[in-house]
Amino acid sequence: MTTTAKPPAVGVAHSRVEGRDKVTGAARYASEHHFEQLAHGWFVLSTVARGRVRAVDDEAVRAMPGVVAVLHHGNAPHVATDYVSFLGPPDPTCAVFQNDRVPHAGWPVALVVAETPEQAREAAEALVVEYDEEAHDIAFRADRPDAYVPDQGSPVAAKGDLDAELAASAVVLDATYSTPEQHHSAMEPHAATARWDGGRLEVFDSNQGSMWVADELAKMFSLDPASVRVRSEHIGGAFGSKGMRPHQAAAVMAATALDRPVRVALTRRQTFAITGYRSPTTQRVRLGADHDGRLRAFGHEVLNLTSTLRPFVETSAALGRVLYDAEAHHTAHRIVELDVPTPTWMRAPGEAPGSFAVETALDELAERLGMDPIALRARNEPAVGPLSGLPFSSRDLLGCFTEGARRFGWADRDPRPRTRREGRWLLGTGTAAATYPSGAAPSTASVTAEPDGGFTVRISAADVGTGARTALTLVAAEVLGVDPAGVTVRIGDSDFGPAWVAGGSMGTRSWAWAVTSAAEDLRDQLALRGQDVPPEGLTARVDTARLLAELAKKERHSFGAQFAEVAVDVHTGEVRVRRMLGVFAAGRIVNPLTARSQLVGGMTWGISMALHEEAVRDPASGRHIGADLAGYHVAANADVPLVEADWIDDPVPGDPLGIKGVGELGIVGAAAAITNAVWHATGVRHRDLPLRPDRVLRAEEAGQGA
Amino acid sequence: MKEFTYERARDVGGAVALLDADPQARCLAGGTNLVDLMKAGVERPGQLVDVRALPLDRIEPTDDGGLRVGATVTNSDLAAHPQIRRHYPALAQAVLEGASGQLRNMATVGGNLLQRTRCAYFTDTALPCNKRSPGSGCPARTGEHHNHAILGASEHCVAVHPSDMGVALAAFDAVVTYETAEGAAELPLADFYLPVGETPHLETALPPGALITSVTLPPAPVAARSRYRKVRERASYAFAIGSAAAALDVSEGVVREVRLAFGAVASRPWRARVAERVLTGQPASGAAFAQAVDAELAAAEALPLNAYKVPLMRNLVLALLTELAEEAAR
Repeated sequence: MTTTAKPPAVGVAHSRVEGRDKVTGAARYASEHHFEQLAHGWFVLSTVARGRVRAVDDEAVRAMPGVVAVLHHGNAPHVATDYVSFLGPPDPTCAVFQNDRVPHAGWPVALVVAETPEQAREAAEALVVEYDEEAHDIAFRADRPDAYVPDQGSPVAAKGDLDAELAASAVVLDATYSTPEQHHSAMEPHAATARWDGGRLEVFDSNQGSMWVADELAKMFSLDPASVRVRSEHIGGAFGSKGMRPHQAAAVMAATALDRPVRVALTRRQTFAITGYRSPTTQRVRLGADHDGRLRAFGHEVLNLTSTLRPFVETSAALGRVLYDAEAHHTAHRIVELDVPTPTWMRAPGEAPGSFAVETALDELAERLGMDPIALRARNEPAVGPLSGLPFSSRDLLGCFTEGARRFGWADRDPRPRTRREGRWLLGTGTAAATYPSGAAPSTASVTAEPDGGFTVRISAADVGTGARTALTLVAAEVLGVDPAGVTVRIGDSDFGPAWVAGGSMGTRSWAWAVTSAAEDLRDQLALRGQDVPPEGLTARVDTARLLAELAKKERHSFGAQFAEVAVDVHTGEVRVRRMLGVFAAGRIVNPLTARSQLVGGMTWGISMALHEEAVRDPASGRHIGADLAGYHVAANADVPLVEADWIDDPVPGDPLGIKGVGELGIVGAAAAITNAVWHATGVRHRDLPLRPDRVLRAEEAGQGA
Repeated sequence: MKEFTYERARDVGGAVALLDADPQARCLAGGTNLVDLMKAGVERPGQLVDVRALPLDRIEPTDDGGLRVGATVTNSDLAAHPQIRRHYPALAQAVLEGASGQLRNMATVGGNLLQRTRCAYFTDTALPCNKRSPGSGCPARTGEHHNHAILGASEHCVAVHPSDMGVALAAFDAVVTYETAEGAAELPLADFYLPVGETPHLETALPPGALITSVTLPPAPVAARSRYRKVRERASYAFAIGSAAAALDVSEGVVREVRLAFGAVASRPWRARVAERVLTGQPASGAAFAQAVDAELAAAEALPLNAYKVPLMRNLVLALLTELAEEAAR
């Protein structure tokens, strides 16, 4: 090997290293591993929203062709639920069949195992489950008297006297916004295959963190951690929904009971029921400003729902603590427990719905002040963290707005609403800010110099489709000074040791840190040995826990500016996005090709969030109805126009890596940019998502646009 | 999915014999709706009679100058047919506004007419639905109904028929020809779908065991100036929340003939005969168009979440008629 004169690997566009395997079908996903004696488990989900399982009449079903077992609360083994895992206390939803309580519609009440998936499905559909039904409550409203402040996730942050500053403000905005229940809808449904192999439990799964799932399974089934191996080599999307879920637990339970491999693969409808979702929110934003736009008061109160099983906070009030300063600054979360499934993280948890409310409110305030919305944001740019007082590691929100405005043609915009028309379409443009934390978490990695001159990286990372495997290949190649083709990155295997999950936009930053450190260590060892590689190879292993602890305490975030142009037919309510531009400051970009894809993907999801996505629960049954991709609309190709994402230089002084992460950032602010553009087109403010045709039409009928 | 047998019919007589022999048998053509419903447990046929290979895939002129469309003509072939595009443009447009390219390559004309509603209560077997399970109730009226019917519904069912194609066929007085063991017979599309009333599970006037063999478009010079417009919740690949097919013959500023049918407002493609009557002989003006569409929509019975469909249809039809009138004036 050599360390001289190699072209840089990081920062150069590189197609996915596993791309060929994926397009040729050679890449195996979780439900595509075959084993002798494989049996198939099929979930039976509760049809009632609250009550108890009175009886599971499994006798008739056991006699059906191919059926080998029916697991339910009456016969399932006891598992542990009082542990603390990698990511905190477990989700009670995952410990299946432990009692007869039904806390929500779609709760797993049984697993039918059969020789073929078809037999399992037919038997599962034939299984008669009797319930003692109880009255349920799924009514999510801003005025719920039983809403409470959770004791987790920084529920409240405040400085100053909000009421006094609002009273002293020249211009005040007090508005309530809402976002609906939204679902991840990853292309690949969840699936897990569990088997016992030589005394070890091995699970082939589709997840965001093999170590996370292995840790949970070991604790849930009271196993020696070393005897559990979880592998997740290829993943068809995750977006927060692919952590520990009921299907892994059920597969392990059945494989253990039957002593043969068992696969549990979810249908699309089942993924809607048991893999989490984003809670609906109602958000009250109060802003008070002087005539020059300086904020005196910033208030943001958010309510989200959770299940009766576990509190979950959609941290939508968090982004205001980063974006804008004010004399008085109050942000707070409350939650209410209803008879619904437990929500979970979904792309840009907190920031996605939170930015819709805050960034629409800023636009409304700009309108009332007669100020340009970008100038309003510039006026309130904080020097340090508004509540923490900590310096920013780097912050170039205004650089994003400046570059974005230049490229979008913002200067030519007539700020008056409802002034541009093209045939039946009213046209408008809008903008919004974006931000997301750029954290890092401890991870372990090893890098091995192989006798054949190549290098192998091992890390329990997950490539959920983002290109993480490729990014880590480039990072290792850069440090080792070799061509990326000489580096093999192995991920998605809990045997590689603890590592952060693909989540919170922290994956690439956390993993690249470990890979960089291990590669540097190996490089130094090789230099000392005169580049001699022993026949068994030479390995360097690093745990970044100590390195991360040494990092200076700062406000660490990525930023961005979103721009959108829309066309609205107020007579039919149709809204079409014509173009979008996002300019981001997201640190050092490892692989421009896949980073751009992630940002464009996030912005595209923003279109979907603004105009389409909404899960509807039937009040009488408590069931999510239309729970499939015909009923749950995501943006189709024809809804997605030219979406451009780009970035500005964003060096992070004092940060050894400079990588921030781009997984969540693209969706933040995107929906607000679109609804702000709809206001500009029509003169009507929309504060409830999604912006369906009936909402546009009703507003027009009510004369709000005249 | 319930177990079923599968037979491929070789000729129309054979298909009819199979259907006649087994009341649990259903025709399989493109399968784009039936197979989905079988997976969901909504349809549970004991036998599938595959009619795809029957010689019913032609579009031919009729003696009186109309067109006869075979029942197994695919949506794609129908929309691409030069005579359809020329003489019944709204029909080609309607077909192309539906589904996706892949689905249109599979779906057939006969199947399109027999597709079932996409009401979410109908497709969820855990919930009551009078159409799927007669007498069990209709939760849509008090539940989620923002894409449900405003015309011709009943307290027993407010589901809408999802077809785009059917809306244009209704406007053009299409006639359905079918075959039973007793021989061939005809049903005008106007009589094809039954009123909802107390029996929403009975959807068509086809006798048991009938096989649709063709759909005939009578000659209609007015149809040459026709258009279909569909509003939906995304730009493509979604069912209508409101749609309309219109054809307009204007001479010397007066409406000589008008054809108008609505989609996504009723349990069937809704021929707007009241509006047609009001408008015929009137000046081709915005005021007359408004008067006509308002007369049709006077019968609308909206629920809280679908009341927007009344102004939507009004606006949609006004825009459509205005466009056609402007073109006629050129």
